[in-house]
Amino acid sequence: MSEKITGAEALMRSLVNEGVKTIFGYPGGAIMPVFDALYDYRDRLNHILVRHEQGATHAAQGFARVSGEVGCCLVTSGPGATNTITGIADAMIDSTPMVVICGQVGTAMLGTDAFQEVDVVGITSPISKWNFQIRRAEDVAWAVSRAFYIAKSGRPGPVVLDFAKNAQTGMVDYQPSKVDFIRSYDPDPQPSDEAIKMAAKMIDDSVKPFVLVGQGVELGNAQKELREFLEKAQIPAGCTLLGLSALPSDHPLNMGMLGMHGNLGPNVMTNQCDLLIAVGMRFDDRVTGNLKTYAKQAKIIHFDIDPSEFDKNVKVDLPVLGNCKTTLAAVTKLISPAKHNSWIQGFQPYAEKEYNKVIEKAINPTEGPLLMGEVVRKVSAAANNEAVLVTDVGQNQMFGCRYFKFTKPRSVVTSGGCGTMGFGLPAAIGATFGAPERTVCLFVGDGGLQMTIQELGTIMEQQCPVKIILLNNNFLGNVRQWQAMFFNHRYSFTPMANPDYEKIAEAYGIPAHTVVDRSDLDNSIRVMLDTPGPYLLQCAVLEEDNVLPMTPPGADVDKMLLEVKD
Amino acid sequence: MPNQNNDCQTCGKCDNTAREKNSSKNGLPLHTIIVYSENISGLLSQITAVFTRRQVNIETLNVCASSTPGVHKYTITCFCDTEMAEMLKKQMEKRIDVLQANYFTDDQIYIQETALFKLSTPAVLQNNRISKVIRIHDAKIVEVNPTYSIVEKTGLTEEILSLFDSLTELECILQFVRSGRIAVTKSTIEKLDEYIRLREKKHAQIMEQ
Repeated sequence: MSEKITGAEALMRSLVNEGVKTIFGYPGGAIMPVFDALYDYRDRLNHILVRHEQGATHAAQGFARVSGEVGCCLVTSGPGATNTITGIADAMIDSTPMVVICGQVGTAMLGTDAFQEVDVVGITSPISKWNFQIRRAEDVAWAVSRAFYIAKSGRPGPVVLDFAKNAQTGMVDYQPSKVDFIRSYDPDPQPSDEAIKMAAKMIDDSVKPFVLVGQGVELGNAQKELREFLEKAQIPAGCTLLGLSALPSDHPLNMGMLGMHGNLGPNVMTNQCDLLIAVGMRFDDRVTGNLKTYAKQAKIIHFDIDPSEFDKNVKVDLPVLGNCKTTLAAVTKLISPAKHNSWIQGFQPYAEKEYNKVIEKAINPTEGPLLMGEVVRKVSAAANNEAVLVTDVGQNQMFGCRYFKFTKPRSVVTSGGCGTMGFGLPAAIGATFGAPERTVCLFVGDGGLQMTIQELGTIMEQQCPVKIILLNNNFLGNVRQWQAMFFNHRYSFTPMANPDYEKIAEAYGIPAHTVVDRSDLDNSIRVMLDTPGPYLLQCAVLEEDNVLPMTPPGADVDKMLLEVKD
Repeated sequence: MPNQNNDCQTCGKCDNTAREKNSSKNGLPLHTIIVYSENISGLLSQITAVFTRRQVNIETLNVCASSTPGVHKYTITCFCDTEMAEMLKKQMEKRIDVLQANYFTDDQIYIQETALFKLSTPAVLQNNRISKVIRIHDAKIVEVNPTYSIVEKTGLTEEILSLFDSLTELECILQFVRSGRIAVTKSTIEKLDEYIRLREKKHAQIMEQ
């Protein structure tokens, strides 16, 4: 027996069917029927009221990244929808599964420049994996099921549902829908046996193999398969920014972070290996530097689930299409155990050089103002290297990712491809809902915090246990560093006058403390971690600190600067 | 196959230079990209956006239903190298509702275009070279009235442009329109059918599980 319900209620039932439990949203005119239906579903659907729709998208991203589930947002039409654009674009480039449902004016008013009407399907088309305008209540069940299927399958990404008001209020004979096949879309391509065999042979033949670990390993839930693969043939690996927690930081084969501010060893050795094995990564320019000199000496194997990534930036010798959970396991079976001792030892001098010239100074300073690196490393250690790292964008992000240590998968939440300032605070909120049993540490600068500072209201209301570590240098630090290095120290609009953040935290009822002296740091971190609920720890850090080492933009991957020359 | 013949038999006017001009631009060869998609609204702008974002100009575009029910066919021409054509193919196939995209050079497909010329009838009557040109180009006169006449020409781009050049010289054109290229592959394998068959097999497997 079916019954007639509204499209809005059909949405509620469809979300419950998809296993959604948490929604980040903000009501408004064109989505009111849905919010009215939600009122009766509060026991099953936990709606978190954010303070700005951009916050809803980043929270959904943070939720998705730590949990592996689809993040869900519910917003109104017009400005509600346009405020989600940054989050949608961010989720697209960082392959984060997310469904954004926004209200839309009734179909009779579409195209008339009605109040709060915006062409959301048109705007989000290039930045979403799929989008759809729901114009009839009958389409709700199908569209929602299709949206979740697309968002989470294959290479994940954001999906936008533009929900016309008449479809929300229209009555429908509700039948649950289950989309698990789309003719034009193959999210689980069958790996080719020949490619697997060829990969195994190339690996066996290689003397100096090197693996690039990307977020695809986390998305494919292939952390175990990766370890078995690396360990069987003793292949050293470097991780991309988003792939950092796919392999424990202290794993003997983990040579560190790749990229512009990554570790010296993995970047230099990229141009010395004889076989480069990329797994679930996309050769971003921040990883490769100058493509003309990138790994030219090596054969390249690329494992990816998205065929459009093959040969996009770097020409590869062997693409291996498929979920890396399957393909890595298949290749591991075929390869012979190996050692590569001298090749692995070759990383050591670079690690030592970087430690002596950069790391030691960054994490163990004995005098002068606090440094970002030491704060990060101390927080990480105080949380037993088991916490989730959330960062904003800029120096806080690079220091955070360089010096935080990871022992558990799905522990990095950062805006990679999009580099979205303001991402951190709302993403950390989402992470506390996605991994409620874990400690969530946010590193944020004074610039990025103020871009989405309104979400302190969400933290207050929900008592989200976000440990906010504000690395305050009174500068837009990353841009200032570039101005110092490439624009002759002309600090064009990067110094910032700051408000009293402790007072702001106090106004939101969030306990806060400011550390100025090094002697106060350990204890302050302890107090922060021991305080239940949210906490703001402001660290007054060196104003003109630089993230090092650095591959200048467009420079060769193995030409990293270890110091900034004035 | 007149399409493959550089010395065009139909008009006798096409030469290698004309073909060169038309088959490459700034050293980039002309590619014809044939795309099949599900019949879902909004797809056209998604497909064209793939070109715009990569700074490739679409020269011609034709969209119509294909011989497979529910499947739309896009025939797109653009000047780009093979690497770019491959990237365009992959990026279009990445769109959820695109079934398949393939790119071809002119020797791999049978090509046709249609043009309509609206001519001034008094001009045609005054100058008998005009009707001669129409005959030489094997074009059809499909409408005549005292004010204007309509001439239809089907053929390759250069054949149509050759007629256009001749009629322009004779100062009789009121309006001119040329359709986008349409093309069918010369291959004996129907890639779309093959793809759909594979997908149906996969669907059956999923249903079984």
